[in-house]
Amino acid sequence: MTTLVGGVVALLLLWLALWTVVARDAFLAVAGFVVYGLLLSLVWVRLAGIDVALTEAAIGGGLTGALLLGAVGRLRGTEVAAAAERSGAGTRVVAMVLSVAVSVVLALCVLALPEPAPTLAPQVARMLPSTGVGNPITGVLLAFRALDTLLEAIVLVIALVGVWSLAPDRFWGGRPGLRYMTDPDGILAYLARLLPPIGIVVGMYLFWAGADHPGGKFQSATILAAMWMLVQMAGLADAPRIDNRWVRGGVVIGPLAFVAVGVLGAWTAGAFLGYPDGWAKPMIVAIEIALLPTLVLILALLLNGAPARGGDLTALRSSRR
Amino acid sequence: MSFVIDAFSIVAIVAGLVFFLAGTVGLLRFPDAYTRLHALTKADNLGVALVVIGLLPQVGSVLAALKLVLIWLLVLLSSAGVSQLIARSVRRQGRGE
Repeated sequence: MTTLVGGVVALLLLWLALWTVVARDAFLAVAGFVVYGLLLSLVWVRLAGIDVALTEAAIGGGLTGALLLGAVGRLRGTEVAAAAERSGAGTRVVAMVLSVAVSVVLALCVLALPEPAPTLAPQVARMLPSTGVGNPITGVLLAFRALDTLLEAIVLVIALVGVWSLAPDRFWGGRPGLRYMTDPDGILAYLARLLPPIGIVVGMYLFWAGADHPGGKFQSATILAAMWMLVQMAGLADAPRIDNRWVRGGVVIGPLAFVAVGVLGAWTAGAFLGYPDGWAKPMIVAIEIALLPTLVLILALLLNGAPARGGDLTALRSSRR
Repeated sequence: MSFVIDAFSIVAIVAGLVFFLAGTVGLLRFPDAYTRLHALTKADNLGVALVVIGLLPQVGSVLAALKLVLIWLLVLLSSAGVSQLIARSVRRQGRGE
């Protein structure tokens, strides 16, 4: 019975993936992609990868879906032209050959994987008690492979800088996007008043539970950022100015604290990002606490997009002079 | 006694699944956006409610049961809220048909 259900879900996933690729309408493709993410998180639950399932649902389905929907909105004007465009037979053949070649190489790689797959899981399980955290995923992300997590946080900051740098000069330092105008007594404003307290509790619970159970800063940050976006979309609060010192400080505090802990490790434990004996858990908690505001801010600001109004005109004038 | 509880669970969950099936059929077959929303929210509200009620006797702890009820209330809230928003945007764009 479970094999049957698993087979049906796997077929559905393949079909959805194909559908998302061939859908001509960008909005429909994004809708398919979001459903694909949610279904994929169910698969992860079945494979007992609860942490991955949470991340897939929050980041893969939710956040990426929202980002792509924003992109669809911006591309609406070009969609008719894109739909009318017909690529030549040569381009099609080349594209087809390339896709098939990549698929064949990927399939060969998967078939060539050693059996049983090489694993570091026993070593992680043996060394986990020395980190003081109970969730092996958190142990790997913040102790054994902390460098990857540090680089990931830095990549997010760079991504935000990339989005901000798309702003026209006259809006630099201003607020992203258009201000949402909605009925202050409408259902959206009602949800934006009712849900954030619940969302903040769930988000902080996920954050704190991440040490010993599935969860962690990323999933938690996505929920908190979603609550903030809800408040913004309901018109109850405006997006922050990007020249706000608190915003900029919050964006960099996580990576900075991470690097500081790493340097401290080089000094006390003899290796960059090493933790001195018995101090692993407090260090990990400190990094996570510093990363949380960074992640919430970056995820929400990525959704907000580039500044589009209320730039600092005086600075612009003085620079032109 | 456990047989009675299991039978209750099965009946409630199957009844919930019937609502999901009916809601899905409605979503596919109803003629316009408003009636499709009507079908969908029935599935969300009654279907999830019955499934949760069926699962309640099966969970071991009060905490887990409270979490299930909380999930049901959140689904109720989001489906009611989102269907209002969709219906409003449909009406504003005049695409009710």
